[in-house]
Amino acid sequence: MNKIHVKTNINGDQVEFLADPRETLLDCLRDHVGLTGSKEGCGTGDCGACSCIFDGDLVSSCLVLGVEAEGKSIETIEGMAGREELHPLQKKFIEMAALQCGFCTPGILVAAKALLEKNNNPTETEVRYWLAGNLCRCTGYDKIIKAVMETAKEIRETA
Amino acid sequence: MAKDDITKSFKFIGTRPNRPDGFEKVTGRAKYGADISAVGMLHGAVLRSPYAHARIKSINFEKAAKLDGVKAIITRDDFPKDREGEPLKLLENTIAGEIAYYDGHAIAAVAATSVFTAKEALKEIEVEYEVLPHVIDVDDAMKPNAPIVRENAGDFSVPEGSSPNVASYIEFGRGDIAIGFDKADIVKSGLFKTEAAHQGYIEPHACMAQLDHNGQGEMWVCTQGHWYIRQMCSEVLGLEASKLCVTPSEIGGGFGGKTTIFIEPLALALSKKSGGRPVKIVMSRSEVLRATGPTASASMDVKIGMTKDGYLTAGCVEFRMQGGAFGGSPVSEALQCAFASYNMEAVHHIGFDVLANRPRAAAYRAPGSPMAAFAVESLIDEMCTDLNLDPIDVRLKNAVAEGSKSSYGPKFKKIGLIETLEATKEHPNYSIELGVNQGRGVAAGYWMNHGGETSVSVSLAEDGSVNVSVGTPDIGGSRASIALMTAETYGIPYDSVRVNILETGALGFNEPTHGSRATLASGKAVYEAANQTIAEMCRRVAKKWQIDPEAVYWENGYAKPAGPNAGDFSPISIKQIASEMDKTGGPIAGHHEASIRGVGHSFGVHIADVEVDPETGRVTVLRYLVAQDAGRAVHPSYVEGQFQGGAVQGIGWALNEEYVYGEDGCLQNAAFLDYRIPVASDLPNIDTIIVEVPNPDHPFGVRGVGETGIAPPLPALANAVAAATKIRLRSLPMSPTKVLKALKTGNDGC
Repeated sequence: MNKIHVKTNINGDQVEFLADPRETLLDCLRDHVGLTGSKEGCGTGDCGACSCIFDGDLVSSCLVLGVEAEGKSIETIEGMAGREELHPLQKKFIEMAALQCGFCTPGILVAAKALLEKNNNPTETEVRYWLAGNLCRCTGYDKIIKAVMETAKEIRETA
Repeated sequence: MAKDDITKSFKFIGTRPNRPDGFEKVTGRAKYGADISAVGMLHGAVLRSPYAHARIKSINFEKAAKLDGVKAIITRDDFPKDREGEPLKLLENTIAGEIAYYDGHAIAAVAATSVFTAKEALKEIEVEYEVLPHVIDVDDAMKPNAPIVRENAGDFSVPEGSSPNVASYIEFGRGDIAIGFDKADIVKSGLFKTEAAHQGYIEPHACMAQLDHNGQGEMWVCTQGHWYIRQMCSEVLGLEASKLCVTPSEIGGGFGGKTTIFIEPLALALSKKSGGRPVKIVMSRSEVLRATGPTASASMDVKIGMTKDGYLTAGCVEFRMQGGAFGGSPVSEALQCAFASYNMEAVHHIGFDVLANRPRAAAYRAPGSPMAAFAVESLIDEMCTDLNLDPIDVRLKNAVAEGSKSSYGPKFKKIGLIETLEATKEHPNYSIELGVNQGRGVAAGYWMNHGGETSVSVSLAEDGSVNVSVGTPDIGGSRASIALMTAETYGIPYDSVRVNILETGALGFNEPTHGSRATLASGKAVYEAANQTIAEMCRRVAKKWQIDPEAVYWENGYAKPAGPNAGDFSPISIKQIASEMDKTGGPIAGHHEASIRGVGHSFGVHIADVEVDPETGRVTVLRYLVAQDAGRAVHPSYVEGQFQGGAVQGIGWALNEEYVYGEDGCLQNAAFLDYRIPVASDLPNIDTIIVEVPNPDHPFGVRGVGETGIAPPLPALANAVAAATKIRLRSLPMSPTKVLKALKTGNDGC
């Protein structure tokens, strides 16, 4: 099948790649751009390991076609940390042991960041429902939820 | 606090530093199985049986081979024909020969220049099947006229007259059961059933392999144990083990399911057939569910006798477990765990390992123990209710302790069941008042833990920092715990230790990260190896001071003279010793190889509070407590993480997860949407109590902590549901449909 030229912005960088029109955005990020931080756990939008920000919206990048990225702006886990230091969520996840195997972690961090940008004072229930689309099999979610709540608190205090 | 004096105080052990691999894992830099690629790489895809049981009459791949970009197609014909025993079973499960034994069984595989081409080629492969009768349920498989899964599958242990689907039989016990039941005031029995559950790791299996015609190859793979991968692939393909170098990627969960092979030999065979090009295979989620894991399904009879004041007098169990088409259910382990928590004079165990047309069961966290706990701990709870006895008090009365002879033979050394029971009883969760439709359940669980073959090395860097090399992949924080134990041994900062996980060529054989062994076994071996280097450093310093090596001792990162008689010397730091290595005898390194023993058995007690919605049958977990003896919590956060993760897997198994088969014997819920593992909004926080009764056989008192936590949730939740509804469910999962039916009819689900 003929490939399609896609020009897009990923984590602030202008990026161009050739996509097979059947390829998902996740495939393109991983195989054409070399950003393998977004993971495929299911390919059906159930696990959230491929969570990305697509023109401001939190999406499962396995449910978006790569060619749809044309002219858009995409944020992935690779763009989350600052040049000098980690994002507060990333720091808190390490400090509070909110990851075990780490495979779901990029997706959860991207999703949690999207939540805190909308609402920096979520209830525990709001965090649990927001992250209900991100499966984690290792942690039982306990430390993840606590790390998100704690980061939100820190963000509020420093705001 | 530790409840004995094995080691007085620690500087690093018991602290909660950041894990060494945290940065890579929160930034997306860590490389997992599917993240690895190579120049010239091909993509593999696997054709799988759409039938539960079928004879493969012919495979025609002429059309597929002609597709542009297809580089290799393999079938069973491309594998050795002379395999026997376990290697033959591994091969059969890797790729079907004459018969496909389950829905999803691999039939052929393709390597092509793109994933799309490989998948298109699969569609062009023509397979002629003759569909055979199938059997899915374990009790059905044991019926006299059941379809036969594999002819002559039973081994020497199978009693005459058993169904041909019985692969093996096990029986053991002690004491006089009849006398035991005579001593009881009540004797109760019941049938209990659990469905197969999948390990559910979020990372699907993935590997990249390269194999030349001369039998030399390399593989990058997500696995719990790369020496196992090397051994199994070598056995299946007839390779010399040392010629295959296997490097583990980071691993996205395993829980036992990544201790064996599935796609790995296929990738190697495809690489060889395509002229040695690297071949990557990544499973889809549906392939993971259809063709890997899961655990066994079980049908279990239990009978227990109890005095009116709560003493257990006798118990017998008969467990029937299907572990797929090749046998290998964890029935033996289930029997060992069944009564392991209790002192009972008379116990009797019978187990059947049964074949069915399902994928071959793989290990899943404390294999067998959750099913056994469900059956035994549920029945004990029923008896506590009948006799109006406190369930923790009854367990305390019967709990095994140091010196107890376990129900399956070995005598327990120092163990912490009593301390764990006492801790749960004192926890506030046990006395919170419950509301309408709410109930509380208590259950205990056991896992024996494992040591296993271990090989590590430790080397001193030129600046006095330390490299530790282990062969146990880090699945949940073991780099951190091993670094802490290393720092403790040397008395150097935690940040001065780097723990590396090496490939198969770099160390002796290592068993996988399984059996709750990574921190225990690699930690013990690293302690030994580090002490070799400390002895060497003391020798070199002694030479410098011109005194006897015995007159030098090691403390907090320094070599020091051992008292006034040794001489008046200023302590020499590890940094200084390291900087002079080239002049004092060359590199300093230590290594240790052993089959690690003295594992330290592990007990846990859980308390679950639930609310049952009488209109929908939905069970909501309100609060949950895990208490478990960790021996010594090296990094308490990751110990808690193991407790919490295990508990939630058990909660999923108890409430929702199950393999659903159609009449055609095909799996109907091979996706995360339908095989629904717990999500964040299903759960409360999981409270934990780390009990520390140090393991006397470990230098730091460590017991494995990974597995026990999955066993108690199954009965704890069943007991809580029974307390909330006054109806006992004896079949898992307690899905809304089943609970609603039970509420309407009183049916126990079996």
